[in-house]
Amino acid sequence: MLELISPLFRELYDRTGLNFTVFYERYEYDRFVGGASVSLQLIFWSLLLSLIIGVLGAWSQNSQSRALRICADAYIQVFRNTPPMIQLLFFYFGLGAFTPAFDMGGYSQPIISAFGWAVLSLGIFGGAFNVEIFRSGLEAVPASTLEAAESLCFTRWQTYIYVSLPLAFRISLPALTNNLVSLAKTTSLAYVISVPEMTYVLNQVWSDNVNVPEMMWVLFLFYVGVITLLSYGLHALERRLALPGYGR
Amino acid sequence: MLLPPEPSVTEHRSWPDESPIVSLKDVHKSFGSFEVLRGVSMDVRKGEIVCIIGPSGSGKSTLIRCINGLTPIHQGSITVEGQEVNDAKLDKLSLRRKVGIVFQQYNLFPHKTVLENVMMAPLKVLREPKAEVEARARALIAKVRLTGKEDAYPGQLSGGQQQRVAIARSLAMRPDVMLFDEVTAALDPETVKEVLVTIKELATEGMTCILVTHEMGFAREVADHVYFTDRGVIVEHGSPAQIFGAAQDPRTRQFLSQIL
Repeated sequence: MLELISPLFRELYDRTGLNFTVFYERYEYDRFVGGASVSLQLIFWSLLLSLIIGVLGAWSQNSQSRALRICADAYIQVFRNTPPMIQLLFFYFGLGAFTPAFDMGGYSQPIISAFGWAVLSLGIFGGAFNVEIFRSGLEAVPASTLEAAESLCFTRWQTYIYVSLPLAFRISLPALTNNLVSLAKTTSLAYVISVPEMTYVLNQVWSDNVNVPEMMWVLFLFYVGVITLLSYGLHALERRLALPGYGR
Repeated sequence: MLLPPEPSVTEHRSWPDESPIVSLKDVHKSFGSFEVLRGVSMDVRKGEIVCIIGPSGSGKSTLIRCINGLTPIHQGSITVEGQEVNDAKLDKLSLRRKVGIVFQQYNLFPHKTVLENVMMAPLKVLREPKAEVEARARALIAKVRLTGKEDAYPGQLSGGQQQRVAIARSLAMRPDVMLFDEVTAALDPETVKEVLVTIKELATEGMTCILVTHEMGFAREVADHVYFTDRGVIVEHGSPAQIFGAAQDPRTRQFLSQIL
């Protein structure tokens, strides 16, 4: 890949002074690819965690246990109402300081890495919104449909998994797409706790090469590309899950 | 070559013919301060077709929903095959397996095909083998005359077709008693008939059926016993000939004169 594009970008630099180091120098290119890879993994795991939290949280909101319902509400209030960057800093510095670390012979390795904290923190942040999004979907499922499931001997959990959730998921998909796209973008904040994702890596690149404007373009277009793909995928899912003769 | 007789898709577990399969004694139910059922008693024997008629708001639907425990009662007793429905210790699943219910609004699962709707409960709840369940489901779909619609979604079917899927779905659990809660009330006049024909076939096969209905012609033709309810009590009951031909109570006569 690099061999293919490097002559073009080296030529561009020689002729115009536009310095896209990451596309013609092996060392910077590897940094770029590493950053892209970490960013994509961060997006994947945070989104996945936020979805799991959303499903379980929406379940607890309708739970018969009062304690569980209060916990779910408190969780939403706390994590929806604080800025994600503050949450990242809080998790990494506020909680990270108290988690055990292993002595790796000379330096100590904390049990949860910066990447781990970022996934946890962003997943929990996005999950708070997902709970509310799933709740709106669940509330739109007709009670009579659930009654039919009940009379067919489904347990509460079976009704949730086989009936409520698949219908609620379809109803809430447009809102969910919004939140997942937003969360995917928020992952760039992980640079504040030194996760080597795209923003953090390009920051290092432009500090070393003094090519801030060019790297800003790269950073900007990287997110345009990734988020376009993500939202395209989610819209395709929405079309695929559309029910014939139902909803529209 | 002589083929063995095909097993019926609506096979019944044994319950002695003499004692009532469903029995209600002095059932009371209130929603808030409004008493919907004010002491209802009825006995339904195995294989009987019972129709409950009466004006709107007389508690017919509540009554039928109490029988499979969807609506808990406040006083009195309901037994199905000798099992007390409102016993807190009762395993609701074992009760509901015996009692199928079909609703006015069909209430199919819109994200599942016809075949999946029928197969879902036996597969997920009873955990029966898939091949067996599928064979039974296909037979039931054929029985309600929907062969060819197995892969359609409920949203692609007419009301009458959806209602017949709902009947097949309920039968897939092999209930001993079927409850029908105004199952034709939301249908066009033309499609009412196809649903009633399906129910009539079930009735002739010996399924115990309890119906809340506004189809007086159907009740007169098919029912073994008709109950007339008004304001939460059973005003009178008897054979269709008695109720439709020689009603004793003025309220029954007034109701029938209004709708016949």
